[in-house]
Amino acid sequence: MLNNLTNEKTKFLEEKAKDIRISIIEMLVSAGSGHSAGPLGMADIFATLYFYILRHDPKVPTWPSRDRLVLSNGHICPVLYATMAHAGYFPITELLTLRKFKSRLQGHPHRDFLPALETSSGPLGAGLSQAVGMALADRMDNGKTSGKFFYCMMSDGELDEGQSWEAILLAGKEKLGNLIVIVDRNNIQIDGYTEDIMPLENLSHKFESFNFHVEEINGHDFNEIVSSVGRAQAVFDGPSVIIARTIPGKGVSFMERDYKWHGLPPGTDIAGEPPKEEQAKIALHELRTLGGQIKSEHE
Amino acid sequence: MLNQSQKLNPKLWDKKVDAVAIRKGFGEGLVLIGEKNRHVVGLCADLTESTQMHLFRNKFPERFIEMGVAEQNLASVASGLSAMGKIPFISSYAMFSPGRNWEQIRTTICYNNRAVIIAGSHAGISVGPDGGTHQAIEDIAITRVIPRMVVISPCDHIEARKATLASAELGVPVYIRLAREKTPVITTEDTPFEVGKAQLYYGDEETKADVGIIATGALVYKALKVAETLKKENVSVKVLNISTIKPLDTEAVIALAKTCGAIVTVEEHQIAGGLGSAVAETITQGYPVPIEFIGVRDQFGQSGTPDELLEHYGMGQSHILAACKKVIDRKNQ
Repeated sequence: MLNNLTNEKTKFLEEKAKDIRISIIEMLVSAGSGHSAGPLGMADIFATLYFYILRHDPKVPTWPSRDRLVLSNGHICPVLYATMAHAGYFPITELLTLRKFKSRLQGHPHRDFLPALETSSGPLGAGLSQAVGMALADRMDNGKTSGKFFYCMMSDGELDEGQSWEAILLAGKEKLGNLIVIVDRNNIQIDGYTEDIMPLENLSHKFESFNFHVEEINGHDFNEIVSSVGRAQAVFDGPSVIIARTIPGKGVSFMERDYKWHGLPPGTDIAGEPPKEEQAKIALHELRTLGGQIKSEHE
Repeated sequence: MLNQSQKLNPKLWDKKVDAVAIRKGFGEGLVLIGEKNRHVVGLCADLTESTQMHLFRNKFPERFIEMGVAEQNLASVASGLSAMGKIPFISSYAMFSPGRNWEQIRTTICYNNRAVIIAGSHAGISVGPDGGTHQAIEDIAITRVIPRMVVISPCDHIEARKATLASAELGVPVYIRLAREKTPVITTEDTPFEVGKAQLYYGDEETKADVGIIATGALVYKALKVAETLKKENVSVKVLNISTIKPLDTEAVIALAKTCGAIVTVEEHQIAGGLGSAVAETITQGYPVPIEFIGVRDQFGQSGTPDELLEHYGMGQSHILAACKKVIDRKNQ
């Protein structure tokens, strides 16, 4: 059972999320391509999962009793890689190999290269199906009380995919109490804002009508992240979804809330944005000072 | 003559040769492997009896998952089950799986290296009256191009049973192609079967022949009938049954090219990308000889009886026979 966060632990998670965001910017700059907005927006949730919620062992990634985290929207892998590196799965220095030839950190996750991943992903809408399959297998083998949880991280945009709803139907039918879906509700996708491209609201009602227990949270509030997962874990007779309202590009002012940064790295010429040579510097400065909240920057 | 060492059905030439649907062998094999291995699970997309998976469901209801009409989910849920140590068999019509869910098979099963066995029933044009939407004649092409995938196309229900049992132990993704119609029983329990191995059913390895037929699936029977007919005309034929299309038994194919000097490929599938293409890829590099292809020529099917359709689309016995004569002529020119 998850305990509420102490002030000390909250500070610790804040610090981890800050480190992860800094790594994301450094990785993307080094790669010269990749997605900025989603990874920055999900850093608080990934930090909370890997440093507080998940049962896992970075030194023994194949530990059979571990919780499983399936990343469905593979394009936000910079946040997954950065979090895993900071958690000790592989050296932090390796993050700078993102998207490079022979790197373990493929542009979209590939288990062949990085076996510690639970799955390869990229094409959208397929991760939840896999998490459902894993959760079903565990229930077949260990019954309803194995204690393992299956987390599926997915985006709001990928709910456009029909397969997502096939998986949601099945999860509801099978009453998978060991399944916790976390939707990154950042309201952007490549072509624009989700409600312009393909409206998803009322998203809570949609999930409820498919027999999910629904939590809607501020995805940047560590206490809400922990307490919502705690409640989802306590729901025994069905799957849960946490709709995490996040700010795309969180922590970098010129990227926040702007769909144009969905699929681009810092260092891109965009009208109305800071000069491309300055972007990484501005981003790193803002992240290191938490947007001016910390006076002296620790380089 | 029939290759004695293959121990084929002694009643093969009887007018009333036993005929059993190839898909039935899959259903029976799945029960057998289910008894042997408790990790075997079955998933079906609302076609449980059609695909013969009901035999498994009835015996092991706790290891069966009804997916509803959702083939994309079918493939990826199976990937997740495999990740947890299960050996999932998924079944639907070939047109829908691996047809509709091709990308899920590529990414979540093959790219992910998950040992899922995909049973595609009702493959080929002989599905008949259902019409062109339900006749999978592209499935070999779209599965054999995916890295890691093993592609098996059994010639009768006994071979289908053996293929099903063997697939569970391979540890890689497998596609098993199954036909709906009753198919003459060619093999026996004692006929050799090995994944990746072609078997010479007519003629013998060492001697030369005028033409070599390379066939797969239900049409192997027609190929054997053609060989028997041509024997009476003093034309010597060998017939190689390719039940594993990938990985192809290149050694056996090259050996056939060397001893016959002319090849005819026979399949219930588009010529583009199927068995014929696989054979041509091998022969042109290893031992080039003339090849004729029997199969569908860039067309969709339609409703009709299996025999009407096979005749109309050029896969009847007369077409195979004519192709043999043509390729022999080409060799002798």
